[in-house]
Amino acid sequence: MEYINIFIKSAFIENLVLSYFLGMCSYLAVSKSVKTAFGLGLAVIFVLGITVPINWLITTYILSPDGILGMDLTFLRLILFIAVIASMVQLVEMVIEKFSPGLYSALGIFLPLITVNCAILGGSLFVVTREYNFGESVAFGLGGGFGWFLAIIAIAAIREKMSYSNVPAPMRGLGMAFLLTGLMGIAFLSLLGIDPNAFN
Amino acid sequence: MAETINKEKAPLKEKKPLFEFGKKERKLITDPLNDDNPITVQVLGICSALAVTTLVYPSFVMTIAVIFVCAFSNLFTSLLRSYIPKAVRMIVQLVIIATLVTIVELTLKAVNYTVYKQLSVFIGLIITNCIVMGRLEAFAMANKPWRSFLDGIGNGLGYGAILLLVGIVREIFGKGTLFAGSPFGTLKFIGASPDYLINTAATSGFDSWFGWYQNNGLMVISASAMFIIAVLIWAQRAWNTKLIDVS
Repeated sequence: MEYINIFIKSAFIENLVLSYFLGMCSYLAVSKSVKTAFGLGLAVIFVLGITVPINWLITTYILSPDGILGMDLTFLRLILFIAVIASMVQLVEMVIEKFSPGLYSALGIFLPLITVNCAILGGSLFVVTREYNFGESVAFGLGGGFGWFLAIIAIAAIREKMSYSNVPAPMRGLGMAFLLTGLMGIAFLSLLGIDPNAFN
Repeated sequence: MAETINKEKAPLKEKKPLFEFGKKERKLITDPLNDDNPITVQVLGICSALAVTTLVYPSFVMTIAVIFVCAFSNLFTSLLRSYIPKAVRMIVQLVIIATLVTIVELTLKAVNYTVYKQLSVFIGLIITNCIVMGRLEAFAMANKPWRSFLDGIGNGLGYGAILLLVGIVREIFGKGTLFAGSPFGTLKFIGASPDYLINTAATSGFDSWFGWYQNNGLMVISASAMFIIAVLIWAQRAWNTKLIDVS
């Protein structure tokens, strides 16, 4: 039950894109059509769901003073996390290529892009700062990925519709994408309930 | 004898000095400020632009950090560019960036702990700041070290310009102050809430001048940064029409 809670919380209430604005670059660059957005969203769910628990294992059993090595190696955290993410992306790419060529060609160029998606590294760092346990980190990774997937599908659908609207020329494309994301972010704030601290 | 010397000198004249700073080099720095701005034109590195800009001072620290990381990662990647195998170049680049970011993180932690806490995960997220990675791929892998270094500084400055603009708007309207928390002291505007005043005792005669400004809550939430950047894009493209999206 607790895991379902964390899943829902990370997917909707603390959405990585719309509440923390993480993973914005690929979110804005790849949201021109729903089809490509769908592929990238799926890939992000995969990678977040796998790397966040692995990075949790690394922090707990290797980097922390109580780990196997018995040394405080937390200063190596960033380098190790990014190495895990880069190698996981490569691994996921090879596995998908082997077992599902259809999905591989659908994701195509977007898979390597995920390495520099800050939602992935951000998710791994959040798990450390919030002191989740292993099960919670799995739920957080999958939930965060699912929330990212929903957000990019939503903005891509709106942007497709937007091409029929009469937008002032300087605002076309990027400008509208920024405005829409801001509005969606405010809409997602309502899921927080009323938090007086947010408006101090 | 004299002829042979001249013949030898002729090709030497064409060779450029190592640290040349001509028109082309100046363009590397000025281009990212407007025509090729990392945030409003290249759409790179937006995440941190939104999260850290509630106050000007943390945005300023972030700008310095990004300029440092961008310039030196460009320099080192450019120096190593002919030794890096194509297949593992992403990992090599990420290791260079991660090392520089770790240096910045540890330095900031030692020098100014409150700002380090305010920036929290976003210093670490410079690693995945697409500006750094994007410039390495697009520029440093194909250019000489000195030019790459300048390109890094230029892109860091272009990023910082937007960051500071957004930070200034958000802090003035959100809190009525400027540079809150900086070691140079806080600049307060008339009407700012007394919580942000330092010299309340000294201004007893002007008490009614202060405190009437209602802080704008919209400016504190990160969605407002999206709106401010959208307006900046609008203004920039209305002025610089060649940037308008044709599609």
